[in-house]
Amino acid sequence: MALLTTQNLTAHYGDFQALFGVDIELNEGETIAIIGANGAGKTTLMRSISGVLTNQPDMVTLEGVPIGNASADAIMAQGVAMVPEGRKLFPSLSVEENLLIGTYGRKTAGHWSLETIYDLFPILKERRNNPGTALSGGQQQMVAIGRALMSNPRVLLCDEVSLGLAPVVIKDIYQAVPKIKHAGASMIVVEQDIGQAMKVADRVYCMMEGRVTLTGTPDSLSRDAIHDAYFGAAA
Amino acid sequence: MIWVDTIVQGILLGGLYALFAAGLSLVFGIMRLVNLAHGDLIVMGAYLILVFVSFTGLSPFIAAAIAMPLMFALGYGLQKVMLNRVLGDDILPPLLVTFGLSVVLQNAMLEGFSADSQRLPTGALSTASVELGSINVGVLPLLTFGSAVLVIVVLNQIFYRTELGRAFRATSDDATTASLMGIKPANIFAMATGIALIIVTIAALYLGMRANFDPNIGPARLIYAFEAVIIGGLGSLWGTLLGGIIIGVAQTVGAAINPEWQILAGHVALLIVLLIRPRGLFPRAVD
Repeated sequence: MALLTTQNLTAHYGDFQALFGVDIELNEGETIAIIGANGAGKTTLMRSISGVLTNQPDMVTLEGVPIGNASADAIMAQGVAMVPEGRKLFPSLSVEENLLIGTYGRKTAGHWSLETIYDLFPILKERRNNPGTALSGGQQQMVAIGRALMSNPRVLLCDEVSLGLAPVVIKDIYQAVPKIKHAGASMIVVEQDIGQAMKVADRVYCMMEGRVTLTGTPDSLSRDAIHDAYFGAAA
Repeated sequence: MIWVDTIVQGILLGGLYALFAAGLSLVFGIMRLVNLAHGDLIVMGAYLILVFVSFTGLSPFIAAAIAMPLMFALGYGLQKVMLNRVLGDDILPPLLVTFGLSVVLQNAMLEGFSADSQRLPTGALSTASVELGSINVGVLPLLTFGSAVLVIVVLNQIFYRTELGRAFRATSDDATTASLMGIKPANIFAMATGIALIIVTIAALYLGMRANFDPNIGPARLIYAFEAVIIGGLGSLWGTLLGGIIIGVAQTVGAAINPEWQILAGHVALLIVLLIRPRGLFPRAVD
């Protein structure tokens, strides 16, 4: 059975429909990437899975259990942690406090603790008493990832972790992905950077205008197919 | 020497105003909610303590300790059932609801306890004093001030040393992202109002022991509290204590010059601070 699925998932912002029947499947231990242009619905998909947007119960399932209508805190407690778009560190909290707050709703023992997060991103240990928002963009992203890992989630949702970061910094951050995978989390990575997505993902979903337009393993997808799925066939 | 005495009395009075203000500051700092019924809740707390004292003959301090969990539960429930429903981007609905609550509380207390003024029995405590150098200081004002400092210290410890405090600050920064950490903002807000009403009970204890109270004095206590919070800077607890002290000193100095100027001098102090530092003395960096 798939670990996490969305089935015929729809989402609305007022009268505007952002998702039209999206079906996604994440298996245990797998990393999938969601790629697509701005406005394709990637972030809305993440918000729907994490409970920031609520849906019909059956639209999202975790190990077969419907969680589509559960609140964000309840979904987090069941082991689905999110690295939100824009990092969203808490300005009133230090780096270490930002990491610690990640365990508020779920205190599950596992690989990840303050110590192992500092091993993963050593710079954070040096800066642990600084306000989270005093760090560079890349370091802030490391805090956001560490914060989500602190609860030892079964599913890690990463929304646009490379957004606004320099390529060399993106490389640093993506070097952590294999270690996260190895420690046992299944991941959904939302990316605009197709190259990075292809490198880390077992399978890729491409979205356009609120629909999944292409899916497959990175090897099986041709450049042209991705181009069409990303921008539309006429582009 | 008379001026030193006046200023010391003012600082101690400031402790009482800081107690009025600490709960207001806490709630505003966490959820940007201005509770217009705050003063009436203090008066209600005083009546609750009075009821316990009258029926059991206990000391007001023990009666206040019994009242605290009840007031916590009231605050928790009030926030959860009523105030959480009106919190949002628009600041008007919570103002209207708490204004309505203020009217309801005042009338309920008028109905239940009449307009006669009451006082908590203090025995010898109300006249006891200690000599500090060349001036005499009342034990009750000293206790009030000490309690205010203790309340601020404990609140700061909760805020900066506990998991609950982290959740308070995180929820205040960004409630949606906080929910992604497993925090239930509705419960955090209820917890904050519950703690605020514990502080309200402490404020009520000293209000009732130091002076007469009746059902109509709540709004004036709210004004003093609000001024202390504004002077200190919104959301800063130590600032709130300093704000209380500034109003207290301004009032006693004003009264020493001319007794009619007491209340006015406190308001003038607020205006002067606002002219010099429009965001208060210790505004939070992120707002």
